[in-house]
Amino acid sequence: MTDQVVTPAPPDGAAADTRRPLRRGRRGGRRRSITRRLVTLPFLLLGMTLLMFLISRFLPADPAVAFLGNNGADNQQAVDAFNAKYGLDRPLWEQYWIYLDRLLHGDLGTSISTSRPVADELAAAFPATLELAVAALLVSLLIGIPLGILAAARRSSLLDRLTGGFTLLGVSMPPFVLALLALQVLYLRLGWVAGPGRLDPFLDPPPTVTGVMTVDALLAGQPAVALDVLHHLVLPAVVLGIIHGAFFARVVRSTMVDALRGDFVRTARGKGLPGRLIVGRHAFRFALIPTLSLVGLTFGELFAGAITVETITGWPGVGRYMYNAATKLDFPAVMAGTLLIGVAYVLVNLVVDLLYGVADPRVEEAS
Amino acid sequence: MTRTVESAPGLRLLRPVSPGQWVGLSIIAVWILLAILAPLVSADPLAQETAERLSAPSLAHPFGTDQLGRDVLSRVLHGGRATLPIGVTIVLLATLVGVPLGALAGFVRGWLDEAVMRLADLLFALPALVLALAIAAALGPSVSSAVIAIAAVMWPRYARLARGQVLTLRQREFVLADRATGASPAQVLWQTVLPNAAPVVTLVAVLDLGTATLAGATLSFLGLGVQPPTPEWGAMVSTAVQTPEAWWASLFPGFALVSFVVAVNLYGQVFDRKGLGR
Repeated sequence: MTDQVVTPAPPDGAAADTRRPLRRGRRGGRRRSITRRLVTLPFLLLGMTLLMFLISRFLPADPAVAFLGNNGADNQQAVDAFNAKYGLDRPLWEQYWIYLDRLLHGDLGTSISTSRPVADELAAAFPATLELAVAALLVSLLIGIPLGILAAARRSSLLDRLTGGFTLLGVSMPPFVLALLALQVLYLRLGWVAGPGRLDPFLDPPPTVTGVMTVDALLAGQPAVALDVLHHLVLPAVVLGIIHGAFFARVVRSTMVDALRGDFVRTARGKGLPGRLIVGRHAFRFALIPTLSLVGLTFGELFAGAITVETITGWPGVGRYMYNAATKLDFPAVMAGTLLIGVAYVLVNLVVDLLYGVADPRVEEAS
Repeated sequence: MTRTVESAPGLRLLRPVSPGQWVGLSIIAVWILLAILAPLVSADPLAQETAERLSAPSLAHPFGTDQLGRDVLSRVLHGGRATLPIGVTIVLLATLVGVPLGALAGFVRGWLDEAVMRLADLLFALPALVLALAIAAALGPSVSSAVIAIAAVMWPRYARLARGQVLTLRQREFVLADRATGASPAQVLWQTVLPNAAPVVTLVAVLDLGTATLAGATLSFLGLGVQPPTPEWGAMVSTAVQTPEAWWASLFPGFALVSFVVAVNLYGQVFDRKGLGR
């Protein structure tokens, strides 16, 4: 049996870099033991806060201007008050300490454009992004896994070639172009999906419990509202789902091709098992593990893709929030949003890794 | 003196071998040519015909006009003059920062290695585009901010790659021989190790061109890169989002971007299959 531990490439590159999804061998820290990951987690989170602190402290020409806006910065009193309030006159390590202290108390700063606490605004937007990310992930798995299996089972067939073309297009397509195309075709021409927004303006949103509107509507016993939210969710979820479905199709195909060359497949064939059973059960189970391990990494791409897709489809999540913040140069909001996405990404990956360790006992040995 | 060995793959790696690669390379060549020739073959991308605002594709305007009555075809052709060099600059900058850092880290080892690699881990742990957005926003919207921001999240790739190459190469006989003849560490690194690591780094850089171009266009789409009225593919799509009924204003620049990235990835696919490039 091909006994290699298949490790995904790190979420590198600046965009959906899905070109080389598989790494074989033991290089790279991702699949190292769970214990190690748990130990490094606090350092990783601390490093993230340090990075965001240094970016917000050093990159803008003048932090006071960045935080107060140009009008506020003209007022010397306001600048002094700002510097005193944020401790910008104190030594650097002390400033970082103040920043950490504020973070731990849930204070992510105040938005320049709305004058509201960024933490409140992000808390309202985050469940929407999570809802979208989960829906998009489901769509991408529903597209990617069957396509990958069929392409691997019928190598060099027309279907395999079409899958190859689809994956090439998928990994080359920026989410914002596909979102526009989908908006043009699925909404404006065909009217198959609901347009921008999260809920029909004539419907009342359900009382917020989880913030995930489909769940909240069901909890409130309003299936019609839940259905309408789902209808609005289709457009962004399908756009992100197609792009990542292409990525999954490529991964599933290549691991399935490897698996189908394995000795255990030859044994199964020798036993006279039907091909469908070999592909669907023996080989697929082998290919599933690396595929699932990519789910965590895909979340990072989904969060990044959400910035443009949410903006175009009017989905009120963290992505659209960050777009609005970036275009208004609402600096505290951008930094806090980045930190939130970073932390969420790290935690999602940790959960996936823990589940992965349960699903595949070999993980511990691979370190 | 540069010493290379027979087994080093050399830049032969980049020669296209399959029909798909030739197609990819041709499309890349066409876009580069169009970008260079744009001022000669197309109209002024900034000229506004107020009466012709948002007119559908026609003989006079094959790609239609945008919301200010500018010819979309001319803007797409001129857009390549911004989009393509931005992608190239990002990759060059990321390479110029990442390769020396990674090579030095792998060569010197010790605390420098730890520091560079932990920083790389940290940058890998964040969604790259999101971090690039934050950096670009901090620097203020401009072309150079976008380039610096993306290069800032991309360089760890090259640092890891160069470090890996150096770690492998430093054990090779021709490097050991070089050291045995009394060459200083700097000489060994500069004259023997780096030239032998160059082909693989170049290959990855070429393959990354698609990713970098997409990222640059995305930041421009988000308003943090190329500023209006300068034509750029991402920025054009961004402006045209306001007028969804005029599909031509957004889809033509969008397709231009996708076709270029598809071409780069088409050219790169063969290297994937051979498992080269990393």
